[in-house]
Amino acid sequence: MIRSKDLLGIKELTPEEIYHILDTASGFRDVLRRDIKKVPPLRGKTVVSLFFEPSTRTKTSFALASKRMSADFVNFSVSTSSVVKGETIKDTALTIQALGADFVVVRHGSSGVPHLLSKILDISVINAGDGANEHPTQALLDLFTIQAHKKKFKDLTVAIIGDITHSRVAKSNIYALTKMGAKVRLICPPTLMPAEVEKLGVTVFHSIEEGIKKADVVMPLRLQLERQRKGFLPSVEEYFRLYGVTTDRMKLAKESAIVMHPGPMNRGVEIESALADGPKSVILEQVTNGLAVRMAVLYLLAGVKK
Amino acid sequence: MPKNILDHNDIKRAIRRMAHEIIEKNKGIENLCLVGIQKGGVILATQLASQIESIENGIIDVGTLDITFYRDDINTKEEQPVVNRTEIPCNIDGKTVILVDDVLFTGRSIRAAMDALVDFGRPAQIQLAVLIDRGHRELPIRADYAGKNIPTAFSDLIEVSLEDDSIENKAVLINGD
Repeated sequence: MIRSKDLLGIKELTPEEIYHILDTASGFRDVLRRDIKKVPPLRGKTVVSLFFEPSTRTKTSFALASKRMSADFVNFSVSTSSVVKGETIKDTALTIQALGADFVVVRHGSSGVPHLLSKILDISVINAGDGANEHPTQALLDLFTIQAHKKKFKDLTVAIIGDITHSRVAKSNIYALTKMGAKVRLICPPTLMPAEVEKLGVTVFHSIEEGIKKADVVMPLRLQLERQRKGFLPSVEEYFRLYGVTTDRMKLAKESAIVMHPGPMNRGVEIESALADGPKSVILEQVTNGLAVRMAVLYLLAGVKK
Repeated sequence: MPKNILDHNDIKRAIRRMAHEIIEKNKGIENLCLVGIQKGGVILATQLASQIESIENGIIDVGTLDITFYRDDINTKEEQPVVNRTEIPCNIDGKTVILVDDVLFTGRSIRAAMDALVDFGRPAQIQLAVLIDRGHRELPIRADYAGKNIPTAFSDLIEVSLEDDSIENKAVLINGD
């Protein structure tokens, strides 16, 4: 059962809590397949998004998730708000709480901002990405998608390819998959691999051919060029040649392997365009599942005694 | 001390009588659909359906309905919600849908079930069948078919254990004081 009023990261969750979220999400997945895609459990509740970084898909997903459950969704626009006039994030957050919000969905370029807000606020804080730390709802929707295709996590081999150092998606997925008993392989250039990452219980590969071999799930990540300082990579063309996930390389994975991508993807950089559109790709399914998972998170947090 | 209020044979007879009443009231089983409310009503609905089918020599649609997302007590309940399956096997537009639950108490579950059901279509009629009506309604809701009326104190607890093909179906009343 969910213990915390906040969703700060996968690191803080137990496998039982994760299963509870996934089970609840499958109920919402059924709701999303109906003609009437709206249910009433969060009637009268208000969800406010506070995004200090650009995002369309995550924010839209949270907005739709809120509305499908009859909550009100309001976007607190950072670029036009008092934040640019010098207000601290603490005062901004307290203002949102004073306005009567029940949830604040926060994304920030610095790690730990949601954790800071969770201590200041009585309302629920949901981490929608904090720096290079975590993006928990992305990992939950990835688990949900994997479960839908593979039925279990134990002993599955998941290959995550790309910019591990700068990726909060990678971090959350490493926590999530290892907690559920899957085997995680990380594949990336040495310059993009964080030091001592093996301590998280993963195996490191620098050759994509070896890393993909016999994998059940292959997950290329977006090259986070906006977070990288110069000098990590010679060029994106070379990155694709050495680390791009292609139809040919997928032949090394298991026959039944699926390809996932958290989006937004750069075709021809980390993933071959034809593969992204091909039968092994579950990328658009991930987007739909994200809605169900975010509904489950909002719904379950609403039921936690504050 | 838990007190037995219905034993296996009592339940069997109650289901048989309710099946006859349903057929009589609806003049047959054409246009009927049974929907069991998760979790207590699901097995009761299948048992009622097979009883009806054997009397009428026909087939009746049976569905399940989870009302978790339609409850009004998410902020007041101690335990956290667990979602079960909803499966409505037929188009309910214009049908007579019989909601089935094991115990009718405050009526709030039935209110939630009706809200959930109308999201799937517009039934011509909704009826309600329960194994036990224990009173204490908080909403203007009544059962069309009740296996047994049992007077209870508000704090009492009724536990119904129904299983397919079990020989030990029973209902017990646990004193709340």
